[in-house]
Amino acid sequence: MKLPYILRLADDALIIGQRLGEWTGHGPILEQDIALTNAALDHVGRARSLYQYAAEVFNQLPKEQQLTYFTSMAIQEKIKAGESIDEDTLAYLRDGWDFRNVLLVERPNIDWAYTVARGFFFDAFNFFYFTALSKSTDATIAAVAEKSLKEVTYHLRWSSEWVIRLGDGTDESHEKMQQAINETWSFTGELFVATDYEAAMTAECVSPNLQQIQTLWTARINEVLDEATLTLPAAGAWMQQGGKAGTHTEELGYILTELQFMQRTYPNMQW
Amino acid sequence: MNDVNEEQVYEWLADVKDPEVPALSILDLGIVRNVAVTDNSVNVTITPTYSGCPAMDVISIGIRMALAGHGIKQITIDQQLSPAWTTDWMTEDGKRKLKEYGIAPPNRKAFSSLGLFEEEEIQCPRCDSTHTEMVSRYGPTSCKALYKCLDCKEPFEHFKCH
Repeated sequence: MKLPYILRLADDALIIGQRLGEWTGHGPILEQDIALTNAALDHVGRARSLYQYAAEVFNQLPKEQQLTYFTSMAIQEKIKAGESIDEDTLAYLRDGWDFRNVLLVERPNIDWAYTVARGFFFDAFNFFYFTALSKSTDATIAAVAEKSLKEVTYHLRWSSEWVIRLGDGTDESHEKMQQAINETWSFTGELFVATDYEAAMTAECVSPNLQQIQTLWTARINEVLDEATLTLPAAGAWMQQGGKAGTHTEELGYILTELQFMQRTYPNMQW
Repeated sequence: MNDVNEEQVYEWLADVKDPEVPALSILDLGIVRNVAVTDNSVNVTITPTYSGCPAMDVISIGIRMALAGHGIKQITIDQQLSPAWTTDWMTEDGKRKLKEYGIAPPNRKAFSSLGLFEEEEIQCPRCDSTHTEMVSRYGPTSCKALYKCLDCKEPFEHFKCH
């Protein structure tokens, strides 16, 4: 149960990092272009640490289990050849349904307001989640969380300020920010619904209790939206889910096509 | 290897620079956590400044080259995430070098806060005025933010408290 959990943490980090990286060279002004790519780098750095750990755990599994763990033929060939896997194997060679990230992080950038809304919901989640996760009984996961907490605090401050700036800005920026909040909202519910592997990890005090995180998260979201003169969609709205169990939106396919192209087309290439 | 000790290795490490802020050595930055010398090998433990800091790989190569230049053949480098690096570990000498280099150093204890639209009082590294303004929370590298001085009009970088 620990391997899917580590992958779930790593995949969130990689996919949001890739999404933010898409802004490189396209930001509305240079400073904000740099802000998003700096945040992307923090996320990808966290993904690396977690994939290294996941690879370590995977390499200790019995070979028969390794052979069927992922559907990717490229990975199966490696195992058959007696090779071990590493961080790059997990990022570049796994198929979409073996990714465990939440649907929220695969939402497209669309425009500045949507990018800010996605970031705001996710950064707030990360802030409370990593605060709790830094006390994980798993020392490696706790160390990654402790390190990342400083960075996601910065991300959250940045995205909260943008929600307020746009929400409490002009009529047009208010309208666009409200629309982005409304349309992103249905992808936030999944953050707080525990999969079987998360429940197992919570039972071992490896991962935080999601209900407690949700309470803190909701309070923070409301506080910032109030200041931004924005409103949340009505309670009880329909929530999308599936990503943490490997059922993704079609967006993930496009992300992986770009992300994995080089290693899938020219295996083991380096540059 | 008989005459090599930890102290000697630390002296050599003082020559390894941060590739993104070459005014600082890795000791000034406070990222060297441990040095261990055994019969045939030297082990250096470093801690990353930021999770995705691309300088870490270059720094590892720099450490290897510096030690190899002094005849050390077996070199291992470990990365340690916890306790997380903080600018509080930067040496006073390092802060002075940063300022001379034109970067405003982190000037107080690092903290984590969710205070919005807050700006710290940052001193211009050129004219020492505190009449400065933040341009962006993020800068050309993860560790820096962009500021400008409202007195001497000079734009400058600030090494963020972390």
